[in-house]
Amino acid sequence: MRLRINPITETPAVKFTLLGIGLLYIALFLVLPVVAVFNEALRKGFGAYFVAISDPIALSAIKLTFITAAIAVPANLIFGVAASWAVAKFDFRGKSFLITLIDLPFSVSPVVSGLVYVLLFGAQGLVGPWLQAHDIQIVFAVPGIVLATIFVTFPFVARELIPLMQEQGTEEEEAARSLGADGWQTFFRVTLPNIKWGLLYGVLLCNARAMGEFGAVSVVSGKIRGLTNTMPLHVEILYNEYNMVAAFAVASLLASLALVTLVAKGLLEWRYGHELGVART
Amino acid sequence: MVIEVRNVDKNFDTFKALNNLNLKIERGELVALLGPSGSGKTTLLRIISGLEFASAGSIFFDGQDAGTRHVGERRVGFVFQHYALFRHMTVFENVAFGLRVVPRARRLSNTDIKKRVLSLLSLVQLDRLSERYPTQLSGGQRQRVALARALAIEPLVLLLDEPFGALDAKVRKELRRWLRRLHDEMGLTSIFVTHDQEEALELADRVVVMNKGKIEQIGTPEEVYDQPATPFVYEFLGNVNRIDCTINDGKVHLWGVQVIAETQDGGKCPSGTVPGFAYIRPHDIDFVEKGTEHAVPAIVRHVAAAGPTARIEIQIEGIPNFIEADLSRKRYLELGYKIGQNVFVSARAARVFPASAAE
Amino acid sequence: MGRRILSSSIRTFSWRTPSVLPGFGITMGFTLVYLGLLVLLPLAALILKAAGFTWAEFWDVVTAPRALAAYRLSFGAAFIAAAINIVFGVLVAWVLTRYQFPFKRFLDGLVDLPFALPTAVAGIALAALFAPNGWIGSILLPMGIKVAYTPLGVVVALTFIGLPFVVRTVQPVLQDLDKEVEEAAASLGASRAATFRRVILPVILPAAVTGFALAFARAVGEYGSVIFIAGNLPMKSEIVPLLIVIKLEQFDYRGAAAIGTAMLFVAFVLLLIINLLQRWSRNRMGGM
Repeated sequence: MRLRINPITETPAVKFTLLGIGLLYIALFLVLPVVAVFNEALRKGFGAYFVAISDPIALSAIKLTFITAAIAVPANLIFGVAASWAVAKFDFRGKSFLITLIDLPFSVSPVVSGLVYVLLFGAQGLVGPWLQAHDIQIVFAVPGIVLATIFVTFPFVARELIPLMQEQGTEEEEAARSLGADGWQTFFRVTLPNIKWGLLYGVLLCNARAMGEFGAVSVVSGKIRGLTNTMPLHVEILYNEYNMVAAFAVASLLASLALVTLVAKGLLEWRYGHELGVART
Repeated sequence: MVIEVRNVDKNFDTFKALNNLNLKIERGELVALLGPSGSGKTTLLRIISGLEFASAGSIFFDGQDAGTRHVGERRVGFVFQHYALFRHMTVFENVAFGLRVVPRARRLSNTDIKKRVLSLLSLVQLDRLSERYPTQLSGGQRQRVALARALAIEPLVLLLDEPFGALDAKVRKELRRWLRRLHDEMGLTSIFVTHDQEEALELADRVVVMNKGKIEQIGTPEEVYDQPATPFVYEFLGNVNRIDCTINDGKVHLWGVQVIAETQDGGKCPSGTVPGFAYIRPHDIDFVEKGTEHAVPAIVRHVAAAGPTARIEIQIEGIPNFIEADLSRKRYLELGYKIGQNVFVSARAARVFPASAAE
Repeated sequence: MGRRILSSSIRTFSWRTPSVLPGFGITMGFTLVYLGLLVLLPLAALILKAAGFTWAEFWDVVTAPRALAAYRLSFGAAFIAAAINIVFGVLVAWVLTRYQFPFKRFLDGLVDLPFALPTAVAGIALAALFAPNGWIGSILLPMGIKVAYTPLGVVVALTFIGLPFVVRTVQPVLQDLDKEVEEAAASLGASRAATFRRVILPVILPAAVTGFALAFARAVGEYGSVIFIAGNLPMKSEIVPLLIVIKLEQFDYRGAAAIGTAMLFVAFVLLLIINLLQRWSRNRMGGM
């Protein structure tokens, strides 16, 4: 009897084949790499692992990574809020062009993102000689790392907020204004509560990228141990020195950050999906 | 095609969507499945089509069990509530779809497909829009494309799920008439689902009134309107006043006086004095002279006199809710009632159920 | 003179629609300054540096044999990786939207891992997995397949990086796909395969192609995850971003700028294509 063949599902054989291939693909490309990182990191036991991550040079890399994120993320947060306010709450000509420009850093290779700052601020760069004359070091120093990080994480908050705020429209803000609220009151009491989860979502992604950026930072850093090394750069150096356990130990910290980010992101989507905009339910 | 539904159950997890349903639809009939949302009418339609399967029981097409036949093999034309047009295909390709997916050996030639599609499009008066995409059409036009598409496979049965639900009132009336004509001309057996009683009563040969997964009544539009079988049908079809009463050995006491009313199935009516309730249609409330037999005093509380009939809400002492009465415009002007006026009313006809008949 | 001032003030007025909300001037001003200083000025510096070349010199640098080999690898591997992902991405999106299975929510979230995992970490993890003594490499080696330190390794890394794009563009389209449309096809006699090919595929195709283009664009510029597994031999397994880094390390700033400009140009073209694709995708989806 073929009594219960639902006309819009596949036969069980097809279904389980697709499911099998899909899960295998996910396992191969997503699960295994993460497992490999922790496996390699703990290859010589927890003792070696803790020695590796408590090494002073590793610690200074961790510190620099946090400093960089602590500057880049708030900077792009303020920019993201300002830009999305201007773009989403007002109508003006050239709006879609402006949005394209804001998204631009996403389409630029990380290496090129670093390169542009070297060409601007480096010894042979446009303002390099002037900076040298005034003894200001940007490239191959912390400011360059921060600038390159801001560049690559530039669109994260804005691109999360613009569609969300466009979807929410201006009626609530106009109502607040008509009830006598000033601009800041309108923003903090009406707009911000409506966008807070979207904002957090953008910050989360921005932070993950800021802490994990490799290509752009690698170009501007100069890789001076203990001074201009972020965690990802430190991973590279250790790896190239065949210090595998240490390389993977530091990498495991970054992988943990990625997993925490994914969990937080998943929770936000699950719990506040409807407040993150149309596409994220 | 004769369609028979025998002892059909449908369960979704613990929810019983259909409960032991039996129904026979004769060749050439146009039948409405009428009921509130959640009554199981769409589920029944989908089971007949083969889009869903019964948990128990079977469907027979011309005496043959259709349960083993896939939806695509049942020669059933299904028109979906939201039309489900293929939005990436032109009107022409939408209608041609069912002809193009036939196995090569039995497939018509391209010229014949084109001929068939164009004749269907002219039947639904859309031949000039054949190269448009669904998004470029109005609601009524989409509905007709959906119909032409369903008809392209030369179905023996046409099933329509809320066919006019998404259309505005004027288009709806037009399409209704047009569907009736199409059904008659093509000699189809058709079933449509609706929650709109007016639509069901106007269009169908027979109406199947459903509630909570069961059939409440099957009958012609006149039968279900004039002789509702159950309290549910009474309340679902048309306006009605429901008034508590007592039944004393088959005699009915309504608003304090004994009235002549038919009780439901005299034999089943319990003996002794039992509580019951009576249904009276607004047009069965009569305004009479003082002293007329069975008449009771009432006060006019509200008058809405615009339109062909005037609706008067009256209050009878001891009855909490207002009672609606309909008068023809002519009669209303003759009587000239005002709010607050004292009047006498009686019921021309009432239908009484013992309280135990209520759900 | 007075008339010109008047006309320009009218133009500014119509440049944006008036609104009762405050803060347009300051937020727009800040946006433009921030964008200008941090993004546009540095990009201009790149192009200016490359402009130090004459056209012929520029052409020589950009089309040097080593550069050409790098383009071939970067574009070729990016194309293959994106092609793998369009097939498996549609499949994964299908599995995630249509089927129920344990840990579904977890695996769905994991799809974004390549977005969240720092590229250097991905790079060393993939290198460890696909090295001749790694978990996967040791299985492939007896079959004569060498992945790590070959162009094949580049493809593997770029496949990892591009994995989420197709899944995430196709998933919402599949979710929004009206069940009734598939039922309509079935009721008209279409088999499941015919329904997929004629009804579902045309609807998800624009999204899938958009995902392909996004994955390709990302892969062309990818650096961190590739260099650890690629082997980085000039003319053989050297990607374009690495070539830029090497030129920088040799203090050939102008050469780096020239190739960087070429890459930037490619990125612009891809951005344009992606915008067109997204418009196509919206048109297909929108309206009803």
